[in-house]
Formats: sequence, C-alpha cells, structure tokens
Amino acid sequence: MLLEFFQYIAEGAAITVAVTLVALPLGLVIGLLLALVHVYGGKWLSGLMTAYSVVLRGIPPMVLLFILYFVFSGSIDLSPFLAGSLALGVISSAYQLEILRGAILSVSGGQMLAARAIGLTRLQAIRHVVLPQALRLAIPPWANEASIVLKDSSLVYAIGVAEILRRAQQLSAASQQPFLAFGSAALIYFVLVFSTNRLLDLLERRTRIPANPYA
Amino acid sequence: MSQPVLVAKNLTKRYGKNTIFQNISLTVQERETIVIVGPSGTGKSTLLRCLNLLTHAEEGQIWLDGVEITAKGYNEDRARQQIGMVFQNFLLFNHLTALENVILGLRRVKKLSHEEARLRATRELERVGLADRSGHYPGQLSGGQQQRVGIARALALEPRVMLFDEPTSALDPELIGEVLEVMKQLALDGTTMLMVTHEMGFAREVANRMIFLEKGGILEEGTPEDLFERPQNERTHQFLSKIGDLHGKKASKA
Repeated sequence: MLLEFFQYIAEGAAITVAVTLVALPLGLVIGLLLALVHVYGGKWLSGLMTAYSVVLRGIPPMVLLFILYFVFSGSIDLSPFLAGSLALGVISSAYQLEILRGAILSVSGGQMLAARAIGLTRLQAIRHVVLPQALRLAIPPWANEASIVLKDSSLVYAIGVAEILRRAQQLSAASQQPFLAFGSAALIYFVLVFSTNRLLDLLERRTRIPANPYA
Repeated sequence: MSQPVLVAKNLTKRYGKNTIFQNISLTVQERETIVIVGPSGTGKSTLLRCLNLLTHAEEGQIWLDGVEITAKGYNEDRARQQIGMVFQNFLLFNHLTALENVILGLRRVKKLSHEEARLRATRELERVGLADRSGHYPGQLSGGQQQRVGIARALALEPRVMLFDEPTSALDPELIGEVLEVMKQLALDGTTMLMVTHEMGFAREVANRMIFLEKGGILEEGTPEDLFERPQNERTHQFLSKIGDLHGKKASKA
C-alpha cells in the first residue's frame, strides 16, 4: 500500500515539474525584459516597472493565481494546467525582475562606460558586456526563486490541477492516512527542490569567471 | 599646419546648478601628446568624457577631423569608435580573457572576421608586452597588466586620438613603470594622445604641451618647459612643484 501511495503521488510530480518548467522560463523572459526596461528605459518606463513589481509582489500568490486564472480562462479557453502555469509565471516575473535588475545594476556603470567607449551601441553593450556578467551574478538568487516557484506550484491544486498536493489530499481523504499521504508529498517536494538547487549550484560553479585567488 | 584631429570650443559642463568647467577650448594636433594637470575636482576626467561623448557638455562644440560630432543627429557611436579611452580603474570586461577584451571591439565595431580579429588582437597584446597573458581573465592579471590590456583594447580600433584618464593612479608604485613605458612608446610612435596624469616626470619627458586646469577653466598652457621653468601664474608654480615632489621622482625612474 505504501508503494501505491507513493506511486500515485509521484505521478503528480511530473505535473508539478511541468508547471514549473512553464512558469519559471516564462517568468525569466518577462522578468529579464522588464528588468532591462527598468534599468535602461528612462524615468517613466522605470516607474511603470516599479509599479508592476510592487503590485505583483504585494499580493499573496494564491489570490493572484485565482484572479489571473479567471482572467486567462475567461478570455481564452485554457486548461487549468496552462492557466495555472501562466499565472505562476507572471507572478514569478515580478520577483525575477527584481533579481535581474539588481544583478544588472551591480554590473552596469563602469562596464557600460567601457563598452560605450570602444564604440559599442547600447544594445551591443547590454548583450555582450552587461548581460553575460549580470546573468552569472543572478544565478544564486535565481536558484532561490526557482525553488519558490517549484514549491508554489502546489497552489495550482486549488484550481483543480492534479499535481502532487492534490493527489496527496485525495489519498488522505480516501485512506484516512494523512501522515502517509502528505509525508510522501513532502518527501517528493524536498527531493525536487534539493536537486534543483544542486543543479543550479553546479551551473554557477561551471560559469564562474576565473580569478586569481592570490590577487 | 594640417587640420587638427580634435577641436573643442567653449565647452561648459554642469551638473544641476554645479558648474564643473566653463568655456574650455582646446585643439589637439596630429601626433601631439598633451598632458592635462590640475587639482582634483576641476573636471579633468569629466572633460575627457565630454570629448568622447560619454557625457554631454551643456554648451560648446567638438570637431573630430573637421566633422562636428556634437551636431544634432551625428551618430555618437561612430565618434567613440574613433576616440580611444583608457580608464583610471581599467574597466576591462571581467568575463572575457585579455585577448577577448581586445577582440570584442574588433568584431562588433570593426566587423572583422573572427580570424582577422584574433590576429589583430594578438598583435596588439604583443605591442603592450602581454602576448603570454592572452588567455588570462582580468581577475588573474596585476593592475599594471590590466591597464596594458586596456590600452591594447583601445588601440586595436586604430583611434584618431587616445584619451588617458589618470591611467596610473590606481596602480601600486612598482607597477606604474610598465604602463608609463607603454605610453612613452606610443608617444614615440606618433600616437595622438590627450592625458590626465599626475606623473610629472613622464609629462616633462613626453608631453609636447601641458594644460593646467583649475577651478573649471584653463589657467595656463604651454610646453612642459614653460610650465615647469617659467610658469606665468603663481598657482601653476605652486601646484607643479608640490605634485613634482610627490610624483616626479617615481616617474623619472620609469
């Protein structure tokens, strides 16, 4: 019975991973674009980006999920899976915007100046000088956001997506074994988050810029 | 005399209500080495940054080879491609090796092929004595080596004029010599240079002309002999003798 329990919940893990794999990259693309607009877009656009970020980060993800779910599924016919993933991606974009903005700001300045001084256009400077460094710097905080999105993907159970948590709840109700059901869910989440962090750790070390430890 | 490389006329720079400098005019002739000196806060660095349009003067005009680069609609990137700049704190691209630092501009600005860019960049690193460091990242180089890469990066684009903004001020004393040596060689090769520096020994030896900047204006200019031996202004004399005590000996060893 334990094995069946585990199997049933583990099948939900595929959906959890799928939700995360839609939400995280979507959040990254939106977050990166908005971060660039925030840093280089001038006063008005920058203010607009601040508003976007403050509003999205000031509301519980669950509330936003419901709002966005009904917006998405009301305007176009989307499955709960897709609507939920897109909503989580939009929510995450606000946090990724802040992560990337911080990283870009800490690289920009001198590096931008040097890039413009050799005659690169602003776009070239961003692409070839600022971003390669900023993205490296962003990996550790981004790993943190990745595990948050992975965990927050459990929220889509509320709109009926059969991911880990929803399956655990079904089993718990059917079997009257809540500890086993939620314990299995917890274990699976932990393994997912842990391996994600290890993977991104590896990425950070692989892309680290060599420096002389004695200098 | 042939057409000057760089001409600035009545440049005025303000930050808000603060006037950094006012009505500065200067002319840089081909193959000339000009040293700008003056106390800190007189806008020396800002002046250099105005000249290659990294920052914009509120008033005044600048001509490069007779073309006004401050004219409305002039492509500023094109102007910067022809004006090299070396920074006090090097500002190498940290994620690129020494060679890649030099290659970037050759590829993206000069649009050279990868092979060509690589060849040229290697030659430039040889010129500053760093061929054996081409695969090193900035974090693996000493300050003096970083600055030489910075010089190679700017030179590779074959600029009409090189601007040096206190190129040795951030260096440990024992590393200054190697950088000055490279710059001296450039001057001998006839590179047109405009530099801000406190290395008076170097200025005396290499400069064709010196400009003394104070309180946002040019107080005095002339040959190094003029300024060192026959300063017209008491303030010039004071400043140069004080700074000569501090920096002169060190530099003359270089």
